[in-house]
Amino acid sequence: MRRVDLAIGIGGAAGQGIATPGDILARIFVRRGLHVNAYNAYQSIIRGGHIFLTLRTSDQPVLSQGDKIDVLVPLNQDTMDRHLRLMRPGSAVLFNSDTIKPGVVADGVQLCPFSVKALAPAIRGDLVQNTIALAAILRMIKVEFKILEEILAIQFRRRGAAAVAENTGVARAGYDCAATHFTEFSFSLPDMGKRLAFFEGNQALAMGGAAAGVRFYCAYPMSPASGVLHWMSRHARQLGIMVRQVEDEIGVINMAIGAAHTGCRAMCATSGGGFALMTEALGAAAMMEIPVVCINVQRAGPATGVPTKTEQGDLWQVLGAGQGDYPRIIVAPTNIVDCFKLVPTLFNLVDKFQCPGIILSDLLLSEGRSSIDPAELDFKVPIDRGDVIGLNGDGPPVNGHFKRYLVTESGISPRALPGTPGFSHVVATDEHDEDGVLISDEFTDPHKRQAIHEKRMRKMDGVLPLLPSPELHGAAGAQVTLLGWGSTEGVIREAIQQLAEANVAANNLQIRWLVPLHAEAILSILSKCRKVIVVENNYSGQFARYLRSETGFAADGHIRKYDGEPFMPHHLVDGVNAILAGSTKLYVPVHEIQV
Amino acid sequence: MATMVQTERVKVTVKDLKGKVDPDWCPGCGDFGVLAALKQAIVEAGLEPHKVLTISGIGCSSNLPGYLNTYGMHTLHGRALAVATGAQLANHDLKIVVTGGDGDGYGIGGNHFVHAMRRNVDLTYIVMNNQIYGLTTGQLSPTSIKGMNTKSTPFGSVENPINPIPLAIAAGASYVARGFTGQQRQLVELIKGGLQHRGFALIDTFSPCVTYNHDNTHEFFKQRTRKLEEMGHDPTDLHGALEKGWLWGEVIPIGLFWRRQDLPALDQLEPVLGEGGPLAHRPLGVASDIAQALIKELM
Repeated sequence: MRRVDLAIGIGGAAGQGIATPGDILARIFVRRGLHVNAYNAYQSIIRGGHIFLTLRTSDQPVLSQGDKIDVLVPLNQDTMDRHLRLMRPGSAVLFNSDTIKPGVVADGVQLCPFSVKALAPAIRGDLVQNTIALAAILRMIKVEFKILEEILAIQFRRRGAAAVAENTGVARAGYDCAATHFTEFSFSLPDMGKRLAFFEGNQALAMGGAAAGVRFYCAYPMSPASGVLHWMSRHARQLGIMVRQVEDEIGVINMAIGAAHTGCRAMCATSGGGFALMTEALGAAAMMEIPVVCINVQRAGPATGVPTKTEQGDLWQVLGAGQGDYPRIIVAPTNIVDCFKLVPTLFNLVDKFQCPGIILSDLLLSEGRSSIDPAELDFKVPIDRGDVIGLNGDGPPVNGHFKRYLVTESGISPRALPGTPGFSHVVATDEHDEDGVLISDEFTDPHKRQAIHEKRMRKMDGVLPLLPSPELHGAAGAQVTLLGWGSTEGVIREAIQQLAEANVAANNLQIRWLVPLHAEAILSILSKCRKVIVVENNYSGQFARYLRSETGFAADGHIRKYDGEPFMPHHLVDGVNAILAGSTKLYVPVHEIQV
Repeated sequence: MATMVQTERVKVTVKDLKGKVDPDWCPGCGDFGVLAALKQAIVEAGLEPHKVLTISGIGCSSNLPGYLNTYGMHTLHGRALAVATGAQLANHDLKIVVTGGDGDGYGIGGNHFVHAMRRNVDLTYIVMNNQIYGLTTGQLSPTSIKGMNTKSTPFGSVENPINPIPLAIAAGASYVARGFTGQQRQLVELIKGGLQHRGFALIDTFSPCVTYNHDNTHEFFKQRTRKLEEMGHDPTDLHGALEKGWLWGEVIPIGLFWRRQDLPALDQLEPVLGEGGPLAHRPLGVASDIAQALIKELM
């Protein structure tokens, strides 16, 4: 049973300073060992628009942004107008009554107006209301003032002692105002006795790259993948990672391939549009048999689409990226720890099998933030570079004529790095023979082409046994199985808890490794399930169609969402109920909050 | 105590640089001359073949790495410079040579061309400029002259061609030259100068297509090309370099237009490469004190 489950929503226009109070609250929570999940619904705008940060904390793991807001902080009238009607009994709304007027409010919602003019008459600036609201919230959840005082001292240190004193004074006024005028919440925030880390998926992907030994990272800025670039750039010198911003995504992937060919572990990240530009070169990496890792952080498409909104709409793009058949490994992390751990795993695989690897994340996972036990972040990971000659600049004695693309049973050929004496060879994107000599033009030979093509493709047979089989989460024999892939794991598992409370037994099969796919294992699990519903953030049921193409399995129902916002648990609960009742096979929830 | 045996490096000859197969270019193609000049320049520059990485795109001339016994990459159409930038930064002990055609470099690869020069990446870029698309059997190229009849412009091209010399100078290349396969000795010197130059070296080379370009032939260039050194040109004179670069007509200058040696190459400016040798040879993994610091940032 949860002792605390508190969701705070802070909304306003871009530029109103929503991030800072959010960061301070999150820091206070994770320092007590409380779990936190934060999701920022934002727009592609630097000033104006509507931004809404949901920060949810609990003594138990927080799997999603949840269904409700307990404390609303509207920083402008627009936010008040959009969100007030969704507030439920027991919740509170804190606002600057000088500029914001409440509307019609449900019974049991506590309105907590404060006057910035009265509480901080001498201070100008729009950000004062944030500090007052922050302090008032902390008072209402019974956090001691000195904790806020300490954090404000750190926050404003760079702006000098006067700024620290001024902000502490404003905070004190807000804190005391809440003590006098507002009703505090009934719970107290426990201290779990262990600090947690708090970060976003993009940071986890970048740190996973560092742990894997990435020495070359390049990118073209693109939301929502830029967080990886920012982390890499900030830590480049500390970690000895070459970071480059390139002229376009075609340049990005080709530069990464060039670096990888010399022996560096090379990585890049982009979103769907940039990934589209990279596709030909991914095939080139496979053809030249150069290991490289590319991250696609999906956003709502097609084309420029909705740059700041989430979707799982690139599955088929990634499955079909590039012309021709070629070996590739595709994985979709299911949570933030997964983002960290999968990168070194994938690098070991692509090094061993000498092919490209693709990580399919999305905005929800990459820009969503979560509390993590720091013990999960183990940088000492196994590193396996596979069969490669010349990693230290020299090679073994030359033994006969080197064949870069030697046809072997496993399909894996010896790889030699440029600079190694005695192993000179040419790698080619044209079809070639074992020597690397082109057979695309005058030496065209169907038998050679077949042999070398089969050699390359055969490598995939060796990958599958190294990938863990997906496992059913929750009790077997449940009334319904929610089948998801990638980032939907958290919300699906929270929905399952809610369904259990309503006496609907549900379990979850979450797919992480997409290519190669454990088709037989998945089919074996699903054939024992009573009713299978596929949950995904796209219009056409891309995973459901992929599953059908690989296994012949047709799901009983589908829950899909493609409005840009992630699922909330109740969307899935409602969908499961509707499908179980037989009223529909396809449930598309309507997102209530007008963001 | 072990004694170091100093083995004398065996002198590399042009013969050693012969690739696994012979070129499949049309008889009389200018590209034979570029291949020969490149081999000779590598020998004269004293480079060890296994430390040379020759990278090309796609097109007739981009088949060159297969005819040369160095490490080679035959990449995608237009992408050689992007691949080469990554390779050079990841292992700056390698000598990077990029070869390709005018369509590959100035057309589909135009964006990478400009940015590789802006970055002054340390590599030697030889463009076999035949002013036509040969491998696709004779369409307009970015350097085809105005009015040219090709399969894609049967009534004559109305477009102005790109002029790579002033473009390269303006974009920041630190060594800009033009060669002609009919002037082998000069071409060897220009390529050798590029190999010895620290920074981006462009050697745009007239390499006439005998099959599809009947306007800009070997004879055409033989009559019009004039060596810059005979024209009294000083390659450190920016104004003169741009002026000579614009000349096209009865006199077409060949030689070294522009060279500046005060501009560091990209790898020299990159702090990560300061110590520790090439990135490609460095051990992987994050030291535990750094790992702790990274985690602490998140707490």
